[in-house]
Amino acid sequence: MSEITPSQTVGPFFAYGLTPKGRCDWDPNGSYAWKNSIESNLITPDASGTRIRIEGIVHDGDNLPINDCMLEIWQADSQGRYADPRAGAKSNAQFKGFGRSATDKAGLFVFDTIKPGSVAGPGGRPQAPHIMLGIFSRGMLRQVYTRLYFDDEVGNAADPILTIVPADRRGTLIAKKQAGTDPAVYRFDIRVQGGDETVFFDI
Amino acid sequence: MSLIYPKQSLENFPAHLTPGYKSTIKRSPSKPLMIVPYTLTELSGPVYGHDTVQEGDNDLTKQHAGEPLGERIVVHGHVLDEDKRPVPNALVELWQANACGRYVHNVDQHPAPLDPNFTGAGRTVTDDKGYYKFITVKPGAYPWGNHHNAWRPNHIHFSVFGHSFLSRLVTQMYFPGDYLFPYDPIFNSVTDEKARNRMVASFDLENTVPDWALAFRFDIVLRGREATPLDNDDHDH
Ligand SMILES: [Fe+3]
Repeated sequence: MSEITPSQTVGPFFAYGLTPKGRCDWDPNGSYAWKNSIESNLITPDASGTRIRIEGIVHDGDNLPINDCMLEIWQADSQGRYADPRAGAKSNAQFKGFGRSATDKAGLFVFDTIKPGSVAGPGGRPQAPHIMLGIFSRGMLRQVYTRLYFDDEVGNAADPILTIVPADRRGTLIAKKQAGTDPAVYRFDIRVQGGDETVFFDI
Repeated sequence: MSLIYPKQSLENFPAHLTPGYKSTIKRSPSKPLMIVPYTLTELSGPVYGHDTVQEGDNDLTKQHAGEPLGERIVVHGHVLDEDKRPVPNALVELWQANACGRYVHNVDQHPAPLDPNFTGAGRTVTDDKGYYKFITVKPGAYPWGNHHNAWRPNHIHFSVFGHSFLSRLVTQMYFPGDYLFPYDPIFNSVTDEKARNRMVASFDLENTVPDWALAFRFDIVLRGREATPLDNDDHDH
């Protein structure tokens, strides 16, 4: 019998505590400078690999943008290593692989990061490069989890998680590289509910 | 360390769709969540240690020139895993309304006064025993637009990191005996009474600071426990 503490919504007013320098314009007077604990820019000076930007809009069941959403990402470094000492993996850099972004008035979030490498999956099968997302907002009593894959990775076709997802919904997990962007911008819109709802995981 | 994350442990979490809390109606998934195996991605997580916080970040009463109005309180406790073992070096962040029930956030339109000496944000890191401590003021109740004459019970928002991305928890700490409990759909989104009460801090007379502050104890238990022989064994013993 587990006695874990139940989840509750992050509510509408998290920004000044969790993303004070983020996209939410929480303090128009700039009178208080609470520092960020966790940035939406994950790139450290020593991080090796390809710099990328991930951006997208979070939509609700009416296809309206969610402007009070907080997204957190967790990813391996460019060589497929998580910066978690408990996982036995060792990062080659100060690169933490964890980031946080609030959405702005248009529901837009942005992360600047490094394209992750491939990580081992079940039975040692390689996973295609991917990023885990946790999504929190007013109206969500607990976070939802999803994964972001990249549309220019051939490994997607054999990815042990992606191939479990029904083919007609797989596209919701694949970020699309925007033509002519440098560093590359990958677009990843999220639909919390509805016809083209993003696949969320029961984990 | 290798922990397991049984999904049964989530049985008393709120449902994504809880119509009494209206905002969930358009912000909850309508399709079944996909069951997938756990990989290193889910079972690992970031470590945010002492480099993330500065001295005094856990004292919300000392962030401005003067002292905030309201009842000064100590809020403290332990961050634990499902086996009740301490989670050391865990980042704990909180945010709250001021003593009048007003958030500093610019979207909060509740016509209660802002306090120039109170922002309402703090953070700290647990010690070797998983212990954390904040000094703050008791937040006021505030109205919200969910239904006619809806008021939130006094609460402090908590954000906590554990051993993996699956342990990540955002919750709210409530105060014992709040008369608004029966009317709050967010508190009651946790339908099991015992589980709901795990979000309620206990009044902690022993740790009050005489002539200075009351104290409340709030332990936070996160997902993740050791595998036991029973997990690999279907004998009923
Ligand atoms: Fe609140």
